[in-house]
Amino acid sequence: MATTVINVLNQYSRDRRNLIPILQKVQEKEKYLSSESISEISIYLGISENDVYSVASFYSQFRFIKPGEHTVKVCLGTACHVRGGARVLETVERELKIKPGQTTADGKYSLETVACIGACALAPTMVLDNEVQRSMTPQKVVDLLKSKNKAENDAK
Amino acid sequence: MPSNSEYTIFICEGTGCVSGKSHEIRLALEQKIAEQGLSNVKIDFTGCHGFCEQGPIAIIEPDDIFYTRLTVEDVDEIVQSHFIEGKPVERLFFKDPVSGKAIPLYKDINFYRKQQRIILRNCGHINPEKIEDYIEREGYNALKTVLGKMTPSQVIEEIKKSGLRGRGGAGFPTGMKWEFCQKEQSDIKYMICNADEGDPGAFMDRSIMEADPHTVIEGMTIAAYAIGANEGYIYIRAEYPLAVKRLRIALQQAEDMGFLGDNVLGSDFSFIIHVNEGAGAFVCGEETALMASIEGKRGMPRPRPPFPAQSGLWGKPTTINNVKTLATVPVIINKGSEWYAKIGTEKSKGTAVFALTGKIANSGLVEVPMGMTLREIIYDIGGGLIGGRDFKAVQNGGPSGGCLPASALDLPVDYERLAAAGAIMGSGGMIVVDSQTCMVDLAKYFLSFTQEESCGKCVMCREGTLQMLKILEDITEGKGKEDDIDLLLELSKAIQAGSLCALGGTAPNPVLTTIRYFRDEYEAHIREKRCPALVCKNLITFYILPDKCQGCGICKRGCPVDAISGDKRMIHIIDQNKCIKCGNCLDVCPERFSAVTKVSGEKIEVPEELIAVGSWQNSESEEKL
Ligand SMILES: Cc1cc2nc3c(=O)[nH]c(=O)nc-3n(C[C@H](O)[C@H](O)[C@H](O)COP(=O)(O)O)c2cc1C
Ligand code: FES
Repeated sequence: MATTVINVLNQYSRDRRNLIPILQKVQEKEKYLSSESISEISIYLGISENDVYSVASFYSQFRFIKPGEHTVKVCLGTACHVRGGARVLETVERELKIKPGQTTADGKYSLETVACIGACALAPTMVLDNEVQRSMTPQKVVDLLKSKNKAENDAK
Repeated sequence: MPSNSEYTIFICEGTGCVSGKSHEIRLALEQKIAEQGLSNVKIDFTGCHGFCEQGPIAIIEPDDIFYTRLTVEDVDEIVQSHFIEGKPVERLFFKDPVSGKAIPLYKDINFYRKQQRIILRNCGHINPEKIEDYIEREGYNALKTVLGKMTPSQVIEEIKKSGLRGRGGAGFPTGMKWEFCQKEQSDIKYMICNADEGDPGAFMDRSIMEADPHTVIEGMTIAAYAIGANEGYIYIRAEYPLAVKRLRIALQQAEDMGFLGDNVLGSDFSFIIHVNEGAGAFVCGEETALMASIEGKRGMPRPRPPFPAQSGLWGKPTTINNVKTLATVPVIINKGSEWYAKIGTEKSKGTAVFALTGKIANSGLVEVPMGMTLREIIYDIGGGLIGGRDFKAVQNGGPSGGCLPASALDLPVDYERLAAAGAIMGSGGMIVVDSQTCMVDLAKYFLSFTQEESCGKCVMCREGTLQMLKILEDITEGKGKEDDIDLLLELSKAIQAGSLCALGGTAPNPVLTTIRYFRDEYEAHIREKRCPALVCKNLITFYILPDKCQGCGICKRGCPVDAISGDKRMIHIIDQNKCIKCGNCLDVCPERFSAVTKVSGEKIEVPEELIAVGSWQNSESEEKL
């Protein structure tokens, strides 16, 4: 694991301006920022761990705990809000039995919220593993999660 | 009759259409056309047309036929009927939401007909991943003119004369901004493009970068030449992966062709552009916070002065402009400042781009000359509200903006007049709502957004918005007090006065405008514990109407918390203690029964235990007997 972080670090110069791009790249590779990664980054850039955390925790993109295999992001932007985004979120919460920021006990799904993905004309939207889902309804949420689970079980 | 025409079909591959599988549609078309051995059909793709709601979209040239809501299943018919037999597929035409008529041609669709597309001129008409397409439509001509024939001061003069004002929200005159920076003496200066587009409900910057990335690069390079910068940054939201990808491709192409890099087009001007991805903080759209973020710090605004023109990125003179501002620059150079200054109103020149969304029939990107009325935008272009419902309000400018009522519909839209009405031009989010939106809830929504996104530096912004949010929560939960409205007004003033940046300075706007125009709704919540729009959960109740219920059991099966009791042919009853007010029962109750209702501030009498369908008599009717 540490080697992934080192590989990422080697692509950047030891300059503070690279902190956020490094955090993004490490998270892309490892899905979250572990305390080991933070420590590697801090040594590499010669800034304190405290400082690295203070920057990382400022931005909502960064996570510090391992996310589930799949990520559901429900949009709560304005366009989605007025077209029922809250109901979409409630349905996902109920189906997965978790709240935003949490991961299911089996480690399969993480739930996040996002303030607009720029597909507002298709509101309400959500993103399942980088795929934008348009014009969601509570029923469509249930069906989507069911078919995702089924596809996985079939694959096994 | 077989067709001999040459066709090009352009599939839209913007974020919206891609979510509708437009990429798969293109692949299926390619395969089908190869199978049929058709040599008269070319397939290409474009970025966003701005009419995402109708997507996936395709345009077929030269006929100019506009297909909507495509699926992979439509591919065979398009190939057979349109390309082989020469008969366009009518069922895929756009249907006008007002007249219901099918409209085959792109140019006849009201949504586009009434627009004047300057900033969006290329969106949907070129392949954003091919620099040749951009060049074919006058691309990089403006840069050639500027480097070949104009001094930086002449460029600035031209932009000043055009009257161009920043499209990032505040509307600051662009030429003046450039001049400030040009006048600074420094060996290093920076040019930044603000592509953070933080307003939740706006997507014009995304569409431009996805559909026409070179225009942003060209505008930015011209700006850099004018101010004397050799290095630039595009700060773009990480939530826009496709835009990031296309920008990177475009930057590489521009560099390969000598439009960027050392000695641009053989001149002694050099310029390079870096792409920085944002990390999900709304406040980073604010210019000083954005620069802190590029420097690798927490994105917190700092006091101005010094202004970025004097001390910006790493303390060097810096100019920062919005995507749309920069996308306008090449057009002004090509067509002249006089031409541009003729468009728009006295103080607001040119066009404005809005993301028209919400309960609007035609949802999408709209570019119109400044000064067009809200009514023309919403009704003539937007086709009115979904299902012909009544207009209630339009929210302009996102979390910093305001909500305007029906009486403002004839307001011509420009910077000054929107501000006078309490809203702002902002980034251009325009969200239309109908009677199903509660204005108190909407104000609460925006405040919870700004509260969450406040960086925490200023006490009034951090704590004041929290207090306002708590009051609004109380009101929507039926715990509002008589003097809450006055308290909200008072807090608003304090937050406006006590915040360093416009995040706090404008955060009260949604509350102020909803109080100004929809005070009665606040009062209904506070005095009658009633939500007129039937939105606020604590104030609404779902009932199954005993005289309408047919005992079919669909609602019972659909209830996620088993709050409905009932049996075959028995009148179903909702246990109000268990009900979470998700509204599923209302959704699933068959329309022919319409037995589920949602009310606020009233009680409907229902049986206390299960009784057979048809045997219900309420106390009123008993009394009458
Ligand atoms: C909280 C906050 C968020 C902002 N977000 C954006 C944004 O997403 N995009 C943008 O162009 N300007 C945004 N601005 C405005 C910028 O500070 C700045 O005025 C603008 O980028 C200048 O460009 P212009 O002169 O071309 O309008 C924001 C301002 C504030 C206070
Ligand atoms: S508000 Fe949800 S995609 Fe923009």
